[in-house]
Amino acid sequence: MHHGKYRFVIGLLLIPLGLYAVFVVSPYLQAFPIAFTDWEGLSASYRYIGFDNFVTLFHDPVFWVALRHNLFLLVSLPTVIVTLSLFFSAILNYRGGIPGAKFYKVVYFFPSVLSIAVVGVLWQFIFEPRSGLLNGFLRAIGLGDLANLWLGGRDTALASIMAVVVWGGVGFYVVLFTAAMAAIPKELYEAALLDGASPLQSFFRITLPLIWNTVQVAIAFLVIGALDQFALIKVLSVGPGGPGDATQVISLYMYTNAFSYGKFGYASAIGVTLFALNMILTLLTFRLTRRERVVY
Amino acid sequence: MTRRVAGQGFAFVWAAMVLFPLLWSVLSSFKSDADIFRSPWSLPSVWHWDNFSRAWNESHIGRYFFNSVIVVTGGVLLCLLLSAAVAYVLAQFEFPGSKALYYVFVGGMVFPGFLALVPLFFVVQNLGLMNSYLGLILVYATGGMSFSVFFLTAFFKTQSKDLAEAALVDGCSHWGVLFRIMLPLARPGLVSIGIFQFLGMWNEYLLPLVLNTDENRYLVTQGLANIAVTQGYHSDFSGLFAGLTISIIPVLAVYLAFHRQISAGMTAGALK
Repeated sequence: MHHGKYRFVIGLLLIPLGLYAVFVVSPYLQAFPIAFTDWEGLSASYRYIGFDNFVTLFHDPVFWVALRHNLFLLVSLPTVIVTLSLFFSAILNYRGGIPGAKFYKVVYFFPSVLSIAVVGVLWQFIFEPRSGLLNGFLRAIGLGDLANLWLGGRDTALASIMAVVVWGGVGFYVVLFTAAMAAIPKELYEAALLDGASPLQSFFRITLPLIWNTVQVAIAFLVIGALDQFALIKVLSVGPGGPGDATQVISLYMYTNAFSYGKFGYASAIGVTLFALNMILTLLTFRLTRRERVVY
Repeated sequence: MTRRVAGQGFAFVWAAMVLFPLLWSVLSSFKSDADIFRSPWSLPSVWHWDNFSRAWNESHIGRYFFNSVIVVTGGVLLCLLLSAAVAYVLAQFEFPGSKALYYVFVGGMVFPGFLALVPLFFVVQNLGLMNSYLGLILVYATGGMSFSVFFLTAFFKTQSKDLAEAALVDGCSHWGVLFRIMLPLARPGLVSIGIFQFLGMWNEYLLPLVLNTDENRYLVTQGLANIAVTQGYHSDFSGLFAGLTISIIPVLAVYLAFHRQISAGMTAGALK
């Protein structure tokens, strides 16, 4: 009996564990030693150079520009997306759900099922200065002065890409938040209404505290997501990363170093730095957003 | 009452902002190039269905689509198979090191994919799997394992062991219990995680960009992005819009058909 059990367990685990070790565990483990080498190009020879890559990185102006852009996204994306999503969720859930709430939720979710590359290509056309949808719209309603280069402008490029992330992200969090809100007992709102609470008060005193756990998860997701931004920037930005590093971010800089310049050691050092930032920010987010858990 | 109307107004505006670009791209895919530039707002003066055949054949969207379907289907199925095996063992059996093994799998969720990118490139290259369906399928499937094992282990744990034990007493083998009882019972969990992985893999852009550089093997995401980048030289905008429409419509159709399970599956990942 026991013998059969162990044979069964080993039989089931062998192939999955083997593949996981080769394609997931080993690459992660190798990333750290590579970060301490001067490996370049396609040659197999390299030397260990200690912390040299990290010192170079520390003095690399492009890295700091990229980091600043990531920090900008890290603050702006969670703030804007969570605020908008909470706002629309509260509207859709108002008094047990406005007419058409289901329809709106389905439509809001559309961008979440589209591939990021598809979204990127679509918005490239929208931002296109000459005949794009956005400038055309602005001219049509008499705001032609606001027409802009968008992705081609140094000052507007990063904000434009950020707007696309917001466009694509809100629907997912609306679905997430409305699901959490639906679990709140209706009696709480009725009691608040009897006590003369305004809808705004019910939102801040009842809804928000009761779904805070979900909001916290959303913020953590978005903070980590801000560090991982890559596909949209790769597809949308000029260069990519431009104009003139105006949309450079850490992940793109790492990708370019590895697969355009062949600087595998240096790229791995950027990857390790990204990993460290990721860890710190995850812990920090949970620490900063921690609150007493409300039980109902 | 006015509050209700204002609420409706805001909800409607966001819906319009989401729908409008999508509609615009569908409409543009029926126009001629000249029409797209002259009147981006109007309905097509002549409906150009030929844009679609051009996108499908000349821009190879059809081939890219086929590549994507093979890689993503293979990736999802293999991922489910591998993860279900691991999750079942971890949920139902105790053995020395089983806890540690659980953390090895689940720990993978903590690491950003970028960290492993350079070594992964060389692992795939050394195995001779660059630019191959199999290489991408293996990388996709194993990459999805961490979350799937985590999700399915929790799922298998909620299932009672009584049924399995009864079957064992009746002389059913462990394999029989797995395939005849546990996997059929786990179907809802497998479906949610399958949908979740499908969307993730269909959207993947970074991995094929690095591991799949042969233009004949491009996936839809790569193909579209590439056409868009080289567009300046060909200036076949209507064809590109048609390609865009081809890659938007099927996904939206699948979503509309299964929207309840899909949004539940995707948000379940976040709520766990």
